Amino acid sequence: MFNRRSFLSAALGSGAAIGSARLLPAWARSAADGNTGITTLTGNKFDLDIGEFAVNIGGKMGHAVGVNGTLPAPLIRFREGEEVTLNVTNRLRADTSIHWHGLLVPFHMDGVPGVSFPGIKPGETFQYKFAVPQSGTYWYHSHSGLQEQQGHYGPLVIDPAGADPVTADREYVMVLSDWSFEHPHRIFEKLKASAETYNFNQRTLGDFADDAAKEGFGDALADRAMWGSMRMSPRDIADVTGATYTYLINGHSTYDNWNGVFEPGERVRLRIINASAMSIFNVRLSGLPMTVVAADGLNVRPVETDEFQIGVAETYDVIIEPQDAKAYAFVAESIDRSGQAVATLGPCAGMRAEAPALRAVPTLTMKDMAMDHGSHGAHSMSDKTSGQNEAAAMPHDGHDMGGMSHEGHETPEMDHSNHDGMSDVDHSGHDMPEVEHSRHDMSATNGDVQAHNHPDGPGVAGLAMMPVSRLDEPGIGLEDVDHRVLTYADLRSLEPNYDTRPPERELQIHLTSNMHRYMWSFNGVKFSEVTEAIRLNEGERVRFMLVNDTMMPHPIHLHGMFFELENDAGNHRPRKHTVIVKPGEKVGFDVSSEHVGDWAFHCHLLFHMHAGMMNVVSVIPKAGGAAAAPAESHQGHKGHEGMDHSQQGDMNHGEMNQGNMDHRAMSRDEHSGMQHEGHDRGQHKDHGGHQ
Amino acid sequence: MRRSMIRHLALAAIVALCAMPAAVSQDAQKPWGQADEIWGEAEMTEARDQVLASHGDLRTTYLLAERFELQAFDDEDVLLLDGNAWIGGDINKLWFKTELEYLPDEGELEEAEVQALWSRAISPYFDLQLGVRQDFEPGGRTHAVAGVQGLAPYLFEVDAAAFLSADGDLISRVETEYELLLTQRLILQPRAEMEFSAQDIPELETGSGLVSLSAGLRLRYEIEREFAPYIGVEYQRSFGRTADFIEAAGGKTDATALLVGIRAWY
Repeated sequence: MFNRRSFLSAALGSGAAIGSARLLPAWARSAADGNTGITTLTGNKFDLDIGEFAVNIGGKMGHAVGVNGTLPAPLIRFREGEEVTLNVTNRLRADTSIHWHGLLVPFHMDGVPGVSFPGIKPGETFQYKFAVPQSGTYWYHSHSGLQEQQGHYGPLVIDPAGADPVTADREYVMVLSDWSFEHPHRIFEKLKASAETYNFNQRTLGDFADDAAKEGFGDALADRAMWGSMRMSPRDIADVTGATYTYLINGHSTYDNWNGVFEPGERVRLRIINASAMSIFNVRLSGLPMTVVAADGLNVRPVETDEFQIGVAETYDVIIEPQDAKAYAFVAESIDRSGQAVATLGPCAGMRAEAPALRAVPTLTMKDMAMDHGSHGAHSMSDKTSGQNEAAAMPHDGHDMGGMSHEGHETPEMDHSNHDGMSDVDHSGHDMPEVEHSRHDMSATNGDVQAHNHPDGPGVAGLAMMPVSRLDEPGIGLEDVDHRVLTYADLRSLEPNYDTRPPERELQIHLTSNMHRYMWSFNGVKFSEVTEAIRLNEGERVRFMLVNDTMMPHPIHLHGMFFELENDAGNHRPRKHTVIVKPGEKVGFDVSSEHVGDWAFHCHLLFHMHAGMMNVVSVIPKAGGAAAAPAESHQGHKGHEGMDHSQQGDMNHGEMNQGNMDHRAMSRDEHSGMQHEGHDRGQHKDHGGHQ
Repeated sequence: MRRSMIRHLALAAIVALCAMPAAVSQDAQKPWGQADEIWGEAEMTEARDQVLASHGDLRTTYLLAERFELQAFDDEDVLLLDGNAWIGGDINKLWFKTELEYLPDEGELEEAEVQALWSRAISPYFDLQLGVRQDFEPGGRTHAVAGVQGLAPYLFEVDAAAFLSADGDLISRVETEYELLLTQRLILQPRAEMEFSAQDIPELETGSGLVSLSAGLRLRYEIEREFAPYIGVEYQRSFGRTADFIEAAGGKTDATALLVGIRAWY
């Protein structure tokens, strides 16, 4: 384990590469530094110290906030179903927290200040204690302030209680992240001052000349006029870019060259975690296909691909089988192509694979827009047909925006044939204004105009007029590459979905923004303005329909539960905790509201969340009244497999005896260690990835 | 604790009927609160207020020297500072604007004005700005200001304001700018400013109608986004009765200057 003295000697005494290596936990060190495997913090008791420390990134000293003095934080590894105790001590001057990303913990252990607990005060030690019924690749990070951008994140692996269906000869955790030597508050302030501060990929006069030569002067000009008329940029792909970021793999920049070794012919499992604050990555290995075996921690049917786009907070496990005794470049390229991190996997330590050149900057198309700006008074879309047709290789060729003829759209996620039974559902118990307007508004599936019954105003610069499903697309910039790219439509859960009930109702949530003012929100309402959480009743099955009204992809994360992504995979839909919603897209997923409590729900681009793109999903216990959270003791999970989930509708939660508990009298530490044996285990149904 | 609070409220309702709805609605307004039962309502309320405020209700500051430049005319040099500063949130800001013209040869300020404005976002791209403008040179005139500032379609920055002086004189000013990216850092900025007056103001050599036009072209290089030296050229001309006033006083009604300056912000 790391300690402060080793850091000092490294920083003062030796060169950059060695210095940075010593700052890292052993598992994240390069093979060149003697790391040819993974060492981990294992067991079921973990002590984590949150503090400030210096780091060496790409030969330059920086100031980090993080866990146990390392960037990234140590790998926490334990076994499925085991109760773990994590003592988190705050040595900062500000509050801190740890959120266990993707873990099905009781909600008061979820680590979001103001939502699940009060946060960890300076000097305080907070004890997390839980057992989770899942295995796989996850991570953990601060949910306080902008600490995540400063280094407060680390990987977490849960080994399955039984045999792992994924076999490998060795494995590496690959933590992707973005580091800036600027203070995150300064980054945010600069974005508010000018949202284009970090964008050095705009279209220039030279690009215009190129386009004019290719498409003709008139068309190139019309294209500029169309984007200009909407006050948008087709190169607005990432807010914070390589202009300030150094991209990292396991804390190593390309310069620092993280090394992993393999024997030719081995099956190597890579557990890839995007722990960035703001960077969606394209991941590929030069000349080596990958077989994706897990997404967001849960196993999927193996699917071979050459590249995939990974949203912030998503995780993918892949198997590679390098046959040649040569160095392979593992490349994590920022979605806007402003930078990348390259690591080396080779037959021996100390090799450096050749980094590929950054690929051409993608340009957004009309499809990414799906917008009507007529409502904001300036103009109507039909004015601009001349420019639109050339705007992009969009599938709407030649259509008249004014006429809205979109019969040709495929909307595979929109199977709502089951909605007929919805009148059976009793919604009387709760008040959900956002449901009423949007319930079964399937208009987009019919090629009609998308309804927008949310507030607008200065914070909403655009509306997706005809959003479509884009789950079968690889993501911005990967449409035209000459190799295979994974799409969400390719993902199939390995295990059948345990809950295949059709959704009883639908919640429509619009991702809204004004890029120019750097305002981000759900349904036009910033989190600071939220007066009501999104309320679900325990036991009900709800479809979330996310409509992206912005021009950016947003990795949307729901805490505390997995959702089934509606990608037409029947009862093998992938279960995820985070999903990228592409520009101009409408994505549906289904939630079984089982995990009672208040759960954060937000865009995982840190500055979007900070600007207000967040809400809380409250799962209200059936019994009504008081919170049932402590009743979730999470101890009985090991024997979960045989559970008959069809019974869940009949379970009596009214029997829970929580009224007698005096939570206020307990100290925090006592409380988190508390057992709740008296509670009805039956209520407890976590289905995250166990078989 | 919560129950006793409700009892308290009920009691209060009997004593003072009007007090209750406010108190109850406050309780009902808690957007979520299941963790209150576990960690205590007081602590959670504080944390909840904090998490809400820190995700959207944020104040930032901005300090911009849009034009800090030396204007070299045929017969004289002028040092100009055109600055903006604001502090505030997404919707409401306190906004300061200043324009100072200094004559280095004569060692005196030719023009000095400061505006203090309440700026409110009224649409995705435009702010309404209301406030006061104080001129220190020439004279000591005070104006009420009403204007709009924002980004027009086709990416033109627009700032249009009307100024009503304490003497009842009404003038207005319209500025517009465009940014043409020659490269990612080399930016050509055409800029035009027009001033109108509703009446003659002889002491300011201002006539009614179109008063003046300045048209400039600035080529800056953004070494950093926040720091960009530039060179440029600006043409200024007076019109109508304003031109008459100036000619009568022996002045010139048009002039061209070469510019060298710095655009900087923080």
